[in-house]
Amino acid sequence: MSITREDVLHLAELSSISLDESQIEPLIKDLDNIVNYFSQLDELNTENVEPTYQCFDMQNVWREDNIVDFEAKREDLLALTTESEDNQIKVPKVL
Amino acid sequence: MKIADKNTKAVDLVRAALEKAKEYEDYHAFISMNEAHALERAREIDAKIERGEPVGRLAGVPYALKDNFSSPQGHTTAAAKMLEDYPSPITATAVAKIEAEGAIMIGRTNLDAYAHGGSTENSYFGPTSNAYDKERVAGGSSGGSAVAVALDIVPFALGSDTGGSIRQPASFNGVVGVKPTYGTVSRYGVVAMASSTDTMGCFAKNVEDANLVMSIMAGRDEKDSTTLADFWTKDLTEATPKQKKIALIKDSIGEGIDPEVKSAIENYASKLKKAGYTVEEIDMPILKYALAIYYIVVPAEIASNLSRYDGIRYGLRSSEAKNLDSVYNMTRDEGFMPENKRRIMIGNFVLSSGFFDAYYLKAQKARTLLIDAYNKAFEKYDALLCPVAPRPAFKIGENTSDPLQMYLEDVMTVPASLAGLPAMSVPAGKSKSGLPIGAQLVGPRQSDQILLNIAASVEDK
Repeated sequence: MSITREDVLHLAELSSISLDESQIEPLIKDLDNIVNYFSQLDELNTENVEPTYQCFDMQNVWREDNIVDFEAKREDLLALTTESEDNQIKVPKVL
Repeated sequence: MKIADKNTKAVDLVRAALEKAKEYEDYHAFISMNEAHALERAREIDAKIERGEPVGRLAGVPYALKDNFSSPQGHTTAAAKMLEDYPSPITATAVAKIEAEGAIMIGRTNLDAYAHGGSTENSYFGPTSNAYDKERVAGGSSGGSAVAVALDIVPFALGSDTGGSIRQPASFNGVVGVKPTYGTVSRYGVVAMASSTDTMGCFAKNVEDANLVMSIMAGRDEKDSTTLADFWTKDLTEATPKQKKIALIKDSIGEGIDPEVKSAIENYASKLKKAGYTVEEIDMPILKYALAIYYIVVPAEIASNLSRYDGIRYGLRSSEAKNLDSVYNMTRDEGFMPENKRRIMIGNFVLSSGFFDAYYLKAQKARTLLIDAYNKAFEKYDALLCPVAPRPAFKIGENTSDPLQMYLEDVMTVPASLAGLPAMSVPAGKSKSGLPIGAQLVGPRQSDQILLNIAASVEDK
């Protein structure tokens, strides 16, 4: 596996990060080095091994569907955004 | 540590800590200070003591807070430009618990931005210096917290450990660092990095203090569904190991390990033997794969967790952006450090179609093999002993041009994280040039207090 310029541009798009030219070259080299390091895992036989996503095999921790007061108030949360109006967060035009 | 009472004023404890922080300002352990509020709280606690009211187990004790824990005081920056001006509207459960016992936060400590790193050099606010050599790194990502304790500014500090972020800076600065069993302390209110390995712990000058702080923070929290019922309930002297058998991991002091680190670990092993433990060498060949597993699994979780920083609801919004897409893309370019970007992009790489099975799924299967190997070892041994890091603190700037080289510094700490195991970093001596070296004890799930009991039995008083 080797990481190409196209791969970096594609990953930047998937990651929603705009990169200028000066960042692209070093990323090709760094990501390539890192991804190549991963190839050592091919030495391990993982046939019939179940993956571990959560160390304690915890699944579906339920609680009663009751409304619980959250510690922060609506106005505190809205105050964190750049722009808001009538209890709504304003964003620039989509198109 | 000194607790406020009739004879010891909280105000004096806090004032002394603030003065020391100022004296050591050039180490850059802190991102921001909490002076006015800390003194106000100290006066409240002194007044309560005066009136004979209960004040808690940490009354008036000044502490330092890693700047990825939410608290209403000041900004919770995670050392990232993205959150530079972010006043968190919530309080992390760990912080709430510590402060309910009377502890007083004097300042917020430096870290690698979003806790991505092992040196505190990835901080948007610049690096923290090692407490023993200003030219060297503090370790990371909780570098500021480790240095604040090592310089005796505060008796304890909070940190987070996802792959070594408490243990490694503890080792580099000669203090005790506790990374508990996954789920011991609530993650609520701490800036998320990797949800399946993020743990909250502490730094302290000795095992007893660390045990006290951890016993207060531990326990189930409805705001974090992965928390475990409180098991940190024993008196430390009663948390005795069953077999008194410890395994020294042979490879961990083999090739590529600094000879001074090797001899410090061997010396620690002989101290354990003198204290009545059987110490045997074992092989755990799977451990060498842990770093590759970690740098697949953790970036995948980072890519997911950091997708919330979109410039919309809170944090930075790029002023250059003219439409919605550019708000996302430009904000994330400006707000993240290069290491944040690398990890997000690696995460999206290993999760993308065509590569998912070969990398992400493969790594999660290999993680199962790693956990199996630990379980097997713990059938025979109470704990495993190994170094915390392959060498003492490196020079500032030494690894910054090669990210993979920086990752290799994490080789000793990431295995326990992937398995959710408790792991402690305890001082085990110094190099000839005076740099601290830590020993790492790793135990089965929820054996945290047993590990501290073992460490206490050989601790230099």
